[in-house]
Amino acid sequence: MLSVTWLAIAAPLGSAAVLLLGGRRLDRWGHWLAVAASTTSAVVGVGVMADLLSRSDRAVQQHLFDWIPGGELEVSAGLLVDPLSVSFLLLVGVVGTLIHVYSVAYMEGDPRRRTFFAYLNLFVAAMLLLVLADSYLLLFVGWEGVGLASYLLIGFWNQNPPFASAANKAFVVNRIGDVGLVLALGLMFAHLGSVDFAGVFASAPTASEGVLTAIGLMLLLAACGKSAQFPLQSWLGDAMAGPTPVSALIHAATMVTAGVYLIVRSGPVYAGAPTALLLVAIVGAITLLFGAVVGMAKDDIKRVLAASTISQIGYMMLAAGLGPVGFAFAIFHLITHGFFKAGLFLGAGSVMHGMGDQVDMRRFGGLATLMKVTWVTMGLGWLAILGVPPFSGFWSKDRIIEVAFIGEGMKPWLLGGAALLGAGLTAYYMSRLFFMTFHGKGRWTEGQHPHEASALMTVPMIILAVGSAALGLIFAIGDSFVTWLEPVTGHVTHEDPVLAVPVIMTLTLVLVALGIGLAYRQYALLPVPETAPVASLAVQAARKDLYQDSVNSVLLEYPGQTLTRTLVFADAKVVDGAVNAVAAGTVGLGGLVRRLQAGRVRSYAAMMLVGVVVVLGIVILAINGKGWF
Amino acid sequence: MTFESPIIEWAPLAPVLIVFAAAVLGIVIETADPKVWIRRRLQVALALVATLAAAATAALQWSVLDGDGTRVVVDRIICDRHSLIWMVMIAVFAALAILLFSSRVGGDDAFAPLAAAAPGSEEEREASEKGLAQTEVFPLALFSVGGMMLFTMVSDTLILFIVLELISLPLYVLVALSRRRRLLSQEAALKYFLMGAFASAVYLFGAALIYGGAFSTSFTIIDTAIVQYHGREALVLVGTVLALVGLLFKLGAVPFHAWTPDAYQGAPTPVTAFMAAATKAAAVAALIRFLYLAVHRFEWEIAPVLWTIAIATMLVGTVAAIVQTDIKRMLAYSSIAHGGFVLVAVTSFEREALSAAVFYMLAYGLATLGAFAVVGQVREVTKDGSLGAEATRLGQWAGLGRRSPWMATAMAVFLLSFAGIPLTAGFIGKYVAFKAAFDSGGWPLVVVAVLAAVVAVFFYVRVIVLMFLTPVPEDLKDAVEVTESTGPSLVVGITALATVLLGVVPSVVLDLASNAAILVP
Repeated sequence: MLSVTWLAIAAPLGSAAVLLLGGRRLDRWGHWLAVAASTTSAVVGVGVMADLLSRSDRAVQQHLFDWIPGGELEVSAGLLVDPLSVSFLLLVGVVGTLIHVYSVAYMEGDPRRRTFFAYLNLFVAAMLLLVLADSYLLLFVGWEGVGLASYLLIGFWNQNPPFASAANKAFVVNRIGDVGLVLALGLMFAHLGSVDFAGVFASAPTASEGVLTAIGLMLLLAACGKSAQFPLQSWLGDAMAGPTPVSALIHAATMVTAGVYLIVRSGPVYAGAPTALLLVAIVGAITLLFGAVVGMAKDDIKRVLAASTISQIGYMMLAAGLGPVGFAFAIFHLITHGFFKAGLFLGAGSVMHGMGDQVDMRRFGGLATLMKVTWVTMGLGWLAILGVPPFSGFWSKDRIIEVAFIGEGMKPWLLGGAALLGAGLTAYYMSRLFFMTFHGKGRWTEGQHPHEASALMTVPMIILAVGSAALGLIFAIGDSFVTWLEPVTGHVTHEDPVLAVPVIMTLTLVLVALGIGLAYRQYALLPVPETAPVASLAVQAARKDLYQDSVNSVLLEYPGQTLTRTLVFADAKVVDGAVNAVAAGTVGLGGLVRRLQAGRVRSYAAMMLVGVVVVLGIVILAINGKGWF
Repeated sequence: MTFESPIIEWAPLAPVLIVFAAAVLGIVIETADPKVWIRRRLQVALALVATLAAAATAALQWSVLDGDGTRVVVDRIICDRHSLIWMVMIAVFAALAILLFSSRVGGDDAFAPLAAAAPGSEEEREASEKGLAQTEVFPLALFSVGGMMLFTMVSDTLILFIVLELISLPLYVLVALSRRRRLLSQEAALKYFLMGAFASAVYLFGAALIYGGAFSTSFTIIDTAIVQYHGREALVLVGTVLALVGLLFKLGAVPFHAWTPDAYQGAPTPVTAFMAAATKAAAVAALIRFLYLAVHRFEWEIAPVLWTIAIATMLVGTVAAIVQTDIKRMLAYSSIAHGGFVLVAVTSFEREALSAAVFYMLAYGLATLGAFAVVGQVREVTKDGSLGAEATRLGQWAGLGRRSPWMATAMAVFLLSFAGIPLTAGFIGKYVAFKAAFDSGGWPLVVVAVLAAVVAVFFYVRVIVLMFLTPVPEDLKDAVEVTESTGPSLVVGITALATVLLGVVPSVVLDLASNAAILVP
């Protein structure tokens, strides 16, 4: 299967092209083509992993074609198949396929279902290109591709103006991150002389720390944009405007984790840039608390999950920022998170499906008996994200908390403390979501008849729930996942944390139990008001995403607008003025030339004669002083 | 004094001989005076076969060439990879031009039915009604093509002069042969002839001065003489400058360009295409051989001259093209500007300039042939409904994209290539040409060149806007028609495809050109 790795990208890409170009005649069966394409990717992923497991050399570089030949910049398009990229290949392939199947039912009746599946396939292709690329430049192509697919899918229902503007917001904020990646590419080329992974990593150890730090910071900026990390987190909440399967696949399980992938992949660069790495950890810690706080106050079920995604990716960034010791756990959590968060989103989609597209959790309640499958599958996801043993999150998130406590001085206490606190907050807001939705009294609006969805939707949810429950345990036995990733992350023996591991574990579990208890009392036992009650300033702030949009407006939008207005004015008066003047001058000059070209042959001859004299004059001046005459 | 006849290597001359033989055969056919339609077919077939065979033979020479090249006639005519690649290019251009020569619109070709008849006279009308044709244009063109191919091999100032005349004389006649607007055509031919004679005289004067200083007409001997005979450098240098004027005249460099717009506008469009593509390529090839073999030791002395001329050529060509309202004149000025761009590479005296010039002229020549082929297809409709002269006023091109989407699209490709927009051959051509100059320290030239190229985008894109975004004016709806006859359509298709291919995968030709960057003294 190794030799056909390219098929994992080509199949969905080809399918997307067929669906987009094929027109209405594909409306009836086009979505199954998309499912087949995505399944191909998943099957290739499984095959590639099997091949890789049977090899001793776990990193295979495949040359596809010479992309940019010649000159100082030589880039060939190639794939890098190693445990890291294959982990992503499997995650995207498997979760992607499940969500494709789910979407067949979810998007039923939408007049543009074929287009939807084309975009979804496009996303899968771009995402796989991103993770399988063997150079930063090719990665960038995938990076922009997923950005485009994300934009198209967030704005899929663009007949609704707020949805369209949500798509624009995501696109614009992502662009800021993309500039970071472009600058990083430029820095690499200028200072390391290469933009492919092998070349960059080979010359990174000899580069100065300043250069590596600059590259590291630019990569971090890119990661912040794509992964919705502080301070570029504002777009993800609005991105929930897209259809729910999109939120599950792109804005929870895969694309938003690309930033984490980028950091982990760039490990050799960060090895020489401790300052940049520390900043990664700090960004992660801030974001994980930020997301958790926002998640506690939201009433919109999808926005809670979005905040939770921001927070969980914060965990991964924190782990990645801890260096090689954390890389494996970052990816470990990324994979388990991919499963349980996708499961939770599909569950939310199922609830919305049953409740007539209602998203306000204050109008849910008591759905446990009516939507049993959803209740159980979301319950498993809930336990997984909380980190309750033996579910997935326990194995991945707790290890992050542990390694956050490794180090000297203030750093382990601050980072570890944040991670620990985050676990408690997570327990509270996720339990709040779960109890508000499934327990307590039903607070439905008139005419709602909650019902379970069809098997096309429930089966993917069940598979994902099984993954959420068991994956962590499977990966944790004998540290199998960490060992599997070792060819990429390197073998690290880790030091002991500043607190004993059992102490950390107990503290975490106590905080989680506390969170569940508080949420249970407030949202399962006590009645939940159907409209949000007047709350303290802190809660109001959290409801407004901690004023992130206002901050952006004041800091960026208003100065930006002023600048633009000034520039437009200057452009009209100064630049255009100059351009028009030059143009007028050129035309004037042209008129002059035209007058010389009057058609009289004697004046042509005279012009030529003058020319001969002038060039002779020039050459005589040039040799003046050589004594040749 | 005894005359020793030189030993001549005939094999490398085969491409040139084929063309000349075909030209002579063509004259023989004319004297036999068969019926018009037989004559026409014979001549077209002969010319096509001859040019294609010449291209094939030259390509064959490439593969059997011993080392870098061989001396054909002592050190006076040299066949090396550099001359071979130019020969192939010129022969291919010629074959495409022959296709244009042979095209007929409404039964009429582009040439006067009876060249000897006075314009507008009764004889002319009769000749036209009888369907006469001056099929001598094909042998004439072949003589010129043979000269151009030989031009790329000449390494002797005197032979160079003879070949220069061999190229020019048939062209003077061809320019005068336009079927429509005959007065304009004859005026253009006369001007071209007078100016050409003037330039030839200047060249000959230069060659004489060089001989006076170096005692030889051989490039190789001139080269060594420059360092051997002290006290005569000035003589050789002044001679060099004057000889350069003669060569730059053919390239249409400013201030020796004045004939270009008139001749290009007045000549029958197929002839214009032929001159603009093939003649310029030959001129560049010969210019390179002269500069790089004979007088490269004067590099520093003549650099100011070449720089001044290159800058003036780019600026005048570009600026004047902006104010043109006739498409043929605009293309004429654009071709002047392109002469300047290629000079930018040539003045670097670097090896890579050789391959850059080859690629540049190839890109430029293909687009030129294609563009003039399109020009020949846009016709005015006369009052009685038949097709008339070419509609060359820019205003008549409005909405061409609606009249003939394929022709207009191809034209857009050629114009974008002229403008040097990426994914066209013109971009790669400009890139390699400017890079050659830049690498040898000629950055001021490159700056001017890039600025001129930016300004040039304006008038190229203006035509595209006119073709695609401007609606067809009411009064011109039935007054203009695009004919899509086979020959020109074939030329347009081939050149458009080649222009795009060379822009997307230039490496094949670039590699060939860099293998050809060797001049054998």
